[in-house]
Amino acid sequence: MKQTEFLNVVLPFQDKLYRLAKRLLVSREEAEDATQEILLKLWSKNESMEKYKNVEAFAMTMTKNFCLDRLKSKQAGNLKLVHSNYSDENTSLQKQLEAEDSVSWMERIMEDLPEQQKMILQLRDVEQYEFDEICELLDMKPTAVRVALSRARKTVREELIKKHNYGIG
Amino acid sequence: MELGNIEKILEKYFEATATVGEERTLREYFSQDEVAPHLEQYKPMFNYFSMAKEEKYTKQVPLKPRVNYYKWLSVAAAVVLTFGIYFGSQYQEEQRLEQEKAEYAYEETKKAFELLAENFNKGTEKVAYLKEFEEAKQKIYNNN
Repeated sequence: MKQTEFLNVVLPFQDKLYRLAKRLLVSREEAEDATQEILLKLWSKNESMEKYKNVEAFAMTMTKNFCLDRLKSKQAGNLKLVHSNYSDENTSLQKQLEAEDSVSWMERIMEDLPEQQKMILQLRDVEQYEFDEICELLDMKPTAVRVALSRARKTVREELIKKHNYGIG
Repeated sequence: MELGNIEKILEKYFEATATVGEERTLREYFSQDEVAPHLEQYKPMFNYFSMAKEEKYTKQVPLKPRVNYYKWLSVAAAVVLTFGIYFGSQYQEEQRLEQEKAEYAYEETKKAFELLAENFNKGTEKVAYLKEFEEAKQKIYNNN
């Protein structure tokens, strides 16, 4: 496989890899490094890549395993940075501040979830994967995925309601 | 989309039984500015998910095109082989010439020695007459 072909295969889902990595590793630098690592690994296997029927699923699983390894090895321990580089030029300043605030709030809530729930929430609510895809990616039973997803969503809701009732901040 | 329906889907959403399509409906509903007041609290959640999806991986991956070293290995081997044959044959030629020279010198020396030996032999032939002389002398002595 040539380099351009490879990039064409990888391009549609490399953002997904990055977002999953960032969800798990939190820091943007770490996530970028992880994504690069995964892409290089994929590139080194590009001869055999045609064999995998679903390269995206394969790459997502690789990313998941890589990030969990990183978290386990504690190398990532001192590199936790919270990034909130989101901007929406159309909203007014007030709304923008509010939006940014709720975004960083959501981010914090997501960070506190257990890793498995983080991943499921990321895959389902952000990337909109189907349940069977998530089962395959995470090597979990469908019921387990549903339970974890429901639990994660409810936790997020509770945290949001808390915040809603106490006011922002 | 009427409110009752949204509430129903929302309930399914938290039980994790909503389909991807229904969840999309929810995201669309919460992305508009006007949301029913009692549902306002969920807005950040869905907006965040939509926003999180916008994040892009911008770093360029340095993909090195993997060079096929074996191809170059054969080229290098061929070069070495050609040089080897070229210089090797030269060396052999030199060796052969040297050998020839040595052989020539050997032959010449042999010839010279042969010549010498021949002449010495001539000398011995002449010395053979001395024996004749001796015999004759003995005869004379015996007679006396």
